[in-house]
Amino acid sequence: MPVKVLTGNYAVAEAVRLARVQVVAAYPITPQTTIVEKISEMAESGLLDARVLRVESEHSALAAVYAAASAGARAFTATASHGLLYMHEVVWWAAGARIPLVMAVVTRAIGPPWNIHVDHQDIMDQRDSGWIIGIAQENQEVLDLILQAFKISEDPRVYLPVMIGLDGFILSHTSAPVNVPEQDEVDSWLPPRRQPYVITPESKIVMGNISDDEDHFMMRYSMHVAMNEAKKVIDEVDREYGEIFGRSYGGLVECYKCEDSKFNAIITGSWAGDAKEAVNMLREEGYQVGLVRIRFLRPWPRERLMELLTGVKGVIVFDRAISMGSTGILLNDVVSTLYGNGTSIRGVIAGLTGVDVKPAEMYSVIKEFIDSVEEYGFIYEPVTWLLPRKYRRIEEVAR
Amino acid sequence: MGVSLKRIPKKKYLMPGNAACPGCPETMGMRYLKMALGDNFVMVIPAGCSSVIQGIAPKSGIYSSILNIVFAAGASAAAGMKAAFEALGRDDVNVVVWAGDGGTGDIGFQALSGAAERDDDIIYICVDNEAYMNTGIQRSSLTPYGAWTTTTWKGKQEHKKNIPMILIAHGVKYVATATVGYPMDFIEKVKRASQIRGFKYIHLLAPCPVGWKFDPALTPNLGQLAVKTGLYPLYEFNQGAFRLSPIAARYKDPSKRAPIIEYLKPQGRYRHILNDPEALRRLEEYINEVWKWVAMMEKHYGAGKG
Repeated sequence: MPVKVLTGNYAVAEAVRLARVQVVAAYPITPQTTIVEKISEMAESGLLDARVLRVESEHSALAAVYAAASAGARAFTATASHGLLYMHEVVWWAAGARIPLVMAVVTRAIGPPWNIHVDHQDIMDQRDSGWIIGIAQENQEVLDLILQAFKISEDPRVYLPVMIGLDGFILSHTSAPVNVPEQDEVDSWLPPRRQPYVITPESKIVMGNISDDEDHFMMRYSMHVAMNEAKKVIDEVDREYGEIFGRSYGGLVECYKCEDSKFNAIITGSWAGDAKEAVNMLREEGYQVGLVRIRFLRPWPRERLMELLTGVKGVIVFDRAISMGSTGILLNDVVSTLYGNGTSIRGVIAGLTGVDVKPAEMYSVIKEFIDSVEEYGFIYEPVTWLLPRKYRRIEEVAR
Repeated sequence: MGVSLKRIPKKKYLMPGNAACPGCPETMGMRYLKMALGDNFVMVIPAGCSSVIQGIAPKSGIYSSILNIVFAAGASAAAGMKAAFEALGRDDVNVVVWAGDGGTGDIGFQALSGAAERDDDIIYICVDNEAYMNTGIQRSSLTPYGAWTTTTWKGKQEHKKNIPMILIAHGVKYVATATVGYPMDFIEKVKRASQIRGFKYIHLLAPCPVGWKFDPALTPNLGQLAVKTGLYPLYEFNQGAFRLSPIAARYKDPSKRAPIIEYLKPQGRYRHILNDPEALRRLEEYINEVWKWVAMMEKHYGAGKG
């Protein structure tokens, strides 16, 4: 298995090539652009036997790949931020039609003001749509997740589209060594495309005309059932991928030093790497702390989290996205998972709009939480803010 | 290429009991479309009357494979489907967009323009009933001047957007205008379009008894009157060659045209302007404008030119 030095975006393109994607449509948006560029280059040089549609908008990009997938092709698109919001209507349509499809989302803040740096507001905004949503921590995982996404999406127990998040610039434009599997290995692991129905002249299938409300209700219900099935499929695919390609990540969640921990940080995305460093710093000081990394936001890994977190004294949840007027997005799901079992919980909103959060800052925040719980007992603080350093100082002065 | 009635398939492509209103031009048009293309095509239908006309899932009143799609994505979805058929080795399959005037000239215009510029190999049919009929007769950019709608109570103040000419300006392979008033002409044009590789656009004027407020028995007559008054010239722009369609060519001569009032009178939507000379003058002016475009096309792209 050759090791290549790849940016996260090129890792996406390599995975698309290996999955033998047949139709790609995309519209350029920073920081996703180099995915589209690379795929176009691969298609033009014959490395990838795919039709590439250089469409005029993201709305058209997703509509085109959704329709291509409906007609039986393995299809892919990629976007970010405003592009993802612009295609939002089609995001729902594709999921509701139960068409297997894969999209890379290079996570990026939403304006105004214009801002190309990372946060998770864009991908979190899709969480209720019926897409399976996975989020990578590093470039190797980006390649592995995109490949796995095709297998998960096309599994008859699932038949839902899958989006894979990779953090803008932190992963998309940063090079790292990536093991790239051989084509024949992928071919024997990834079965030919399967999907619930194919629209051809002969099939006489009509998708999406008006239905009875009660039937429509049951379509929604079936999507939720499929989401629950997907939990098994995601874990299965992660395990078998590990056996063949040598890399497993824990399926729905990654447990980092969380087996024996009394406290856990919960987080998703590339900054989990910084949080792991913070955990190591605290471990050195004797804190019994671990980390749970959410690899799949949807389906939400409720059962697995209950296994990992039952009996834990406290969890601190880092959110890079917020539901304004409510809480962080992960926090909300964590609280619903832990309801009634007496765990102390603190939500921390941080790293929005590309603001960098250092391991040392995470260290302080986690340590302060643990010390408070140990000193005062049960704590429930759903929303606390780790403001940018400049504003933190102003707040201190004001106090 | 003439089309003989004898050679048109007799198959029933539209079932009785679909959800169309009486006198609906869209079901007529769809029947003609199927007569022209037979079975080897799939339809892409963005939001509009035809989304409803199909009937209630899991059944459908239309004997065809249909991908319904969000309002603004008719052309792009069709382009994606065509790419899939090509990738799967089925280049012969026609993909046809069946969109209303809103899905074409307004909310779907960006996707349409994109597909046209890319020369995606699809047939795009705009079924133009001149307003947002499905949501209850609101004005669109293709509603003509003077017409009453539920968002223009005193009559629309702007003229109709000239989508076919805008498409010609995109440099596409094929653009034609047709109406359900002349089925054979429409069928011929669809057949011709289906034999060309690249982007094809057919504008199908579809008089709507509900939105235009006329007797549902008159749907085809209104389509014919639009042509005979000169309001709606029938033409074809086929790979660089422009020609007026034979049934409509005589209306180039203003003296051959039927008076505009004959077209307006049966339609309740024009009732308030029938006695308004200024409004009638503006409509006459519009007809002149439309024919200026035709004259320009004939001059540069007519028989023997270019």
